[in-house]
Amino acid sequence: MKILTGNDLKSGAVTWWDGTDWSLHVEHAVDAGEHGEAIIAREQALQNVTGAYVVDAEKTATGVRPGHIKEQIRATGPTVRLDLSLKPADRDAGNWVI
Amino acid sequence: MVETQFRFRDDEPVGDPAVTVDSFGDQTNAAAVRLEPGDDARDLLPHLDRIRLVEVNFPVFGDGRGYSAARILREAGYTGELRAVGDVLIDQIALMRRCGFDSFSPERELNAADAEAAFARYGEVYQPTVDGRSPIWALRHGG
Amino acid sequence: MYQYDTYDQAMVDARVADFRDQVRRRLDGSMTEEQFRPLRLMNGLYLQLHAYMLRVAIPYGTLNSAQMHVLGDIADKYDRGYGHFTTRQNIQYNWIKLEETPDILADLAKVEMHAIQTSGNCIRNISSDQYAGAAADELVDPRPYAELLRQWSTFHPEFNFLPRKFKIAVIASDTDRAAMRLHDIGIQIVKNAAGELGAAFYVGGGMGRTPMIAPLVRDFVPLDQFVTYAEAALRVYNRYGRRDNKYKARIKILVHELGKDEYTRQVEEEFAHLLTQNIEPPLAELERIKGFFADPAFDTAAPDALDRSDPDFALWLDNNVAAHKQPGYAIATISLKPTGGIPGDASADQIRLMADLAERYSFDEARVTHAQNIVLAHVRKADLYAIWQALDAAGLATPNLDLVTDIIACPGLDYCSLANARSIPVAQKIAQRFSDLGRQRELGELKLKISGCINACGHHHAGHIGILGVDRKGVENYQLLLGGSEGADTSLGQITGPGFDEDGIVDAVEKATNVYLGAKQGDERFLDTYRRIGMAPFKEAIYAKEPAHG
Repeated sequence: MKILTGNDLKSGAVTWWDGTDWSLHVEHAVDAGEHGEAIIAREQALQNVTGAYVVDAEKTATGVRPGHIKEQIRATGPTVRLDLSLKPADRDAGNWVI
Repeated sequence: MVETQFRFRDDEPVGDPAVTVDSFGDQTNAAAVRLEPGDDARDLLPHLDRIRLVEVNFPVFGDGRGYSAARILREAGYTGELRAVGDVLIDQIALMRRCGFDSFSPERELNAADAEAAFARYGEVYQPTVDGRSPIWALRHGG
Repeated sequence: MYQYDTYDQAMVDARVADFRDQVRRRLDGSMTEEQFRPLRLMNGLYLQLHAYMLRVAIPYGTLNSAQMHVLGDIADKYDRGYGHFTTRQNIQYNWIKLEETPDILADLAKVEMHAIQTSGNCIRNISSDQYAGAAADELVDPRPYAELLRQWSTFHPEFNFLPRKFKIAVIASDTDRAAMRLHDIGIQIVKNAAGELGAAFYVGGGMGRTPMIAPLVRDFVPLDQFVTYAEAALRVYNRYGRRDNKYKARIKILVHELGKDEYTRQVEEEFAHLLTQNIEPPLAELERIKGFFADPAFDTAAPDALDRSDPDFALWLDNNVAAHKQPGYAIATISLKPTGGIPGDASADQIRLMADLAERYSFDEARVTHAQNIVLAHVRKADLYAIWQALDAAGLATPNLDLVTDIIACPGLDYCSLANARSIPVAQKIAQRFSDLGRQRELGELKLKISGCINACGHHHAGHIGILGVDRKGVENYQLLLGGSEGADTSLGQITGPGFDEDGIVDAVEKATNVYLGAKQGDERFLDTYRRIGMAPFKEAIYAKEPAHG
């Protein structure tokens, strides 16, 4: 599947396209199919997101998982500061990368 | 033709179309010339007495060669119009002014209030250039 | 240290208003991201892997305690309680909101700080020797010259859209602690045969994907022509540096392609012209700046004796304290490389603690080093024990300066959107592997540097041992380099061969150190042994087939 990620223009927070809006959680990411670039162009013009791009991903038993380590880290937070991730209490958060 | 949006001169604007540096040498009556980023501004120095307008083109704002071209012309004593054309944006015009540009023809019109604020933002400057402003070091030492 | 006058203050205040206006125009949609990007970068604001990142300038790495307090407070107020000190003596924050950036700049401006030109294709923060003004071996304090260049380069109208970024370092001793020859321009303040001070210009060094050591372009520029010469060097670059390929746009490529002699000829021609333009500040301006860098009021009766009875303190003394030009004083380096920590990171509390120590014990001054540590430059030897105790309680007394665990590492793929591989976890694993201090000391001076991509922010080319992270078919892979150095004996490391995974690279580093220990003669450092015996024995040990395990 093809998912979309970008940063919130004002806060810089990493976001994922959930079909109608931008979510902080990669689990909410939806398959943008062939429409990725068009959605990005529209959403960037609307100032809803900046630096957005299309990412290859797959659906796994635990949710949507980006295909490349870069976006896996993007979804998790720095692997060396998991206390700053979206799930600071999740001891297994780091296992998600790689 | 793109309008000149800002002009800091009182003389009559030159109506002639600007010719390229290459063709300028052969057209002994041309008074307006257009410099592209790859052109050498120093090629114009022998002809400064007959030039009344130099357009310096910025095809993309990130290509800063035109700033050097402008200063080189002014440092050589050129007093005619020096016009920035092309991808000329709010946040470049004050720097361009400092390098000797005295007219601006942005390909997309600039917000006039933002442009005015940009021209006026920095009251003093650290470097002397060809714009006649005293640098801060001169002010500090009684310049 | 330097203090702003009303002119300098007006400049940074205007910059705050300027950037506030730029942010407004971005948020209201009158500027596209493409137009805004170079503007925010010229103010040190990146869009990184997780958020915006703000890089704050620390000119030539020198800070007073009030400034450092504000750096700590910004970490708490606008970020997540920590900052990262960089290899160019700056600090960066990883979790910044665009809409708050103008307020951060306003806070900085109150203590004479800014983020001007900490990124973008312009002249960046001028770096210098972290021991400036304190080193026993320096000719003069290099920082006044760096400050003169800071002012010259700030909003330089001609050089804000260079082909690529431009880094300048200024030193004034033969021992190069600032990697001067790996800068776009490296300047060494020197004395000529007549005893006059002047500047030697090295132009066209750099790391990145094409590392080059800057050649000497002019061995002596008189001080009253110093800025003019820099202007000439930059103008030639602005006009003729390559703009067709960003990977070939640094000045090192221009100098290399033209040849040093032709580049020098063009600079000299431009220089002769610019001398007629009267752009040089008067020497009185240099003297004014020098006044701010006069020696502090040293206690001439400060005792030289030290009580070494606490063995942990003695270890720190031996590793992290250097000789000062003033009897009774010493230079103390605070390591930001605790075992298992993140190289260069410091919490807001740690930053404020270091500020307080600087205020109390080091004439209100601290320095950031290019190796991502902090220096208290003017400390009474009699105060060292109290300083050490305070540092130790805050986890800041790791006695590993210049040892194998004093690792330079870029943020890597944990933070950086350009990185191909993570750097920090590799640094942490190596530090764990070598955590035994006796072992580190046995290995002696060993500069290990890690970059998470070819841009070389972690200076891997200049490490005695360098590590370069690459992306091999979507998997992190690490190449090993040996033999780099950034000092007066600058050299570029050579790749040993095929890369390794994360655990493999730690093993490979250990094997390389074992080769050194086996071959070492006399007082040789790792680098000396490598230079004497060459790559072959290292390669052999690193790539030897493991005996099959039964």
